[in-house]
Amino acid sequence: MGISIEEVKRISHLARLELTDEEAQTYTEELGKILDYFSLLKEVDTKDVQPTFHPLTWDTPMREDEVRPFGDVRKILANAPVSWEGMIVVPRVVKVP
Amino acid sequence: MGSFDLNTLTIRKALYLLEKGEVSSVELTQACLERIRKVDEKVKAFLYVNEEWALEQARLADEKRKEGLGGKLLGIPLAIKDNILIKGHPTTCASKILHNYIAPYDATAILKLKEEGAVFLGKTNLDEFAMGSSTENSAFFPTKNPWDLEKVPGGSSGGSAVAVACRMGLGALGSDTGGSIRQPACFCGVVGMKPTYSMVSRFGLVAFASSLDQIGPFALNVEDTALLLEVISRHDPYDSTSAPKQFPALSQVLKENEGKKFRIGIPKEYFEHKLDSEVSKNFDEIVMLLKKLGHEVKEVSLPRTKYALAVYYIVAPAEAASNLARYDGVKYGLRVEGKSLAEMYKKSRAEGFGREVKRRIMLGTYALSAGYYEAFYLKASRVRTLIKQDFLKAFEEVDLLLTPVSPTPPFKLGEKISDPLQMYLSDIFTIPVNLAGLPGLSLPSGFTSDNLPLGVQVIGPHFKDDHVLSLAYQIEKELNLEAIPPIIKAL
Repeated sequence: MGISIEEVKRISHLARLELTDEEAQTYTEELGKILDYFSLLKEVDTKDVQPTFHPLTWDTPMREDEVRPFGDVRKILANAPVSWEGMIVVPRVVKVP
Repeated sequence: MGSFDLNTLTIRKALYLLEKGEVSSVELTQACLERIRKVDEKVKAFLYVNEEWALEQARLADEKRKEGLGGKLLGIPLAIKDNILIKGHPTTCASKILHNYIAPYDATAILKLKEEGAVFLGKTNLDEFAMGSSTENSAFFPTKNPWDLEKVPGGSSGGSAVAVACRMGLGALGSDTGGSIRQPACFCGVVGMKPTYSMVSRFGLVAFASSLDQIGPFALNVEDTALLLEVISRHDPYDSTSAPKQFPALSQVLKENEGKKFRIGIPKEYFEHKLDSEVSKNFDEIVMLLKKLGHEVKEVSLPRTKYALAVYYIVAPAEAASNLARYDGVKYGLRVEGKSLAEMYKKSRAEGFGREVKRRIMLGTYALSAGYYEAFYLKASRVRTLIKQDFLKAFEEVDLLLTPVSPTPPFKLGEKISDPLQMYLSDIFTIPVNLAGLPGLSLPSGFTSDNLPLGVQVIGPHFKDDHVLSLAYQIEKELNLEAIPPIIKAL
């Protein structure tokens, strides 16, 4: 079935991945081959078969909703590329009025 | 200094020497560090070694022992795959996007090891975010197979497998999503086990595919593997998929089951696949051995086997695409500035992720996207049910399954890196086990004519990890292999 280069570019936008033209070309070829391989699944009759999202399931475990202080917030902030006054700094997302 | 031969030193033996006071943890740790200094520049198993930290932990373990305090692994030096968090130390996942990340907390499996007194030497190399079968996808450098430096060690936990094979640590932890513990264990001549899904907490394991990922041990023999698994398998309220169960003392059951006879199934579909002749010959020898030991061996059928690879390469990338959405240059890791937030995301991810990771994010995003979700992700998840049912049905007739670990012996560095499908095929016998959530163990079973390690895989029903280990223990005892790579034999 393959995949077109436009489709690859659309997916890369959804995945928030910037691709060079060369990468887009390579992925079009590679993903095309892999998707062709996936068409093997079409021959399996899955009517009335429930999907498995987890190999083993139990009831969702419940616990009390209590506050548990993490301890050292500085350690978390230390991993952020830019932080200021206990906050993580990101580029402006609202327009200047 | 106490006397011991690092090349034949198991965890069990080391604990015995420690208890008798014939050796200290500092001496053991120093021996491992010295081995790392001598060998690691050739095999490149470690991304991070911290000698000062390791020796400090060892000193503490020695003090505890002097005070009469115990611990199932007190003073035992271990290596940890670099996608498992150890508080205060780097966790890179062998990715540029996490190149400077320092873990702010411990993974639960690490906490359990700490509680039992283990000593951490450092963090081992892997395919970036555990995506790969050769450790060539590491953003930093490939790891090499100690049996032949031109060959891959397998992956993704290649660094941990090599660390144990070279006796740079007495044991190691890895993670296994589609074979990432078992295949490198096989390629390096050590024991590696993926426990039943949910037995070991995934809290603090960097998520790749959450319904498949499982932490597990590497060791030189089955007994040590059982001991490591016994320590790390505990219920954990921090992982909602952690089994609310008590597990048996695995290291105790091996001796109890020494004479136990099992009904063992050989899945016929696994042999419809192209199999290397030496892998096949070795497998037949192990089957003969099982019969000689008095086990009942019979052919079983897992009819949906041929769909497993396709199901896996839809489900795993779909989960990965979701899990890896968190790497966006905001909270941690690499940030590449952009004019807008969206541009920052796109540039950071483009710069931070390697080829295979991007390929899988693309695949997974595609499989989950509007218009393709039903045809790909949902379809694959339905076929996954059938694959699981095949196993459950087989386990009505037999207690355990025996299969090869990989269709080929270790392959050359660079041989498969440019052909993703070929690379994916090297996990064809391990992937179905993850899809069904079963326990699987890779046991060294012989050598090729070129002296490369071969292995067999024992698969069991859910939570029959004790039986998997017990059969492996019996085979190991009977084979009595000496698996010491030439590179360290020469030292």
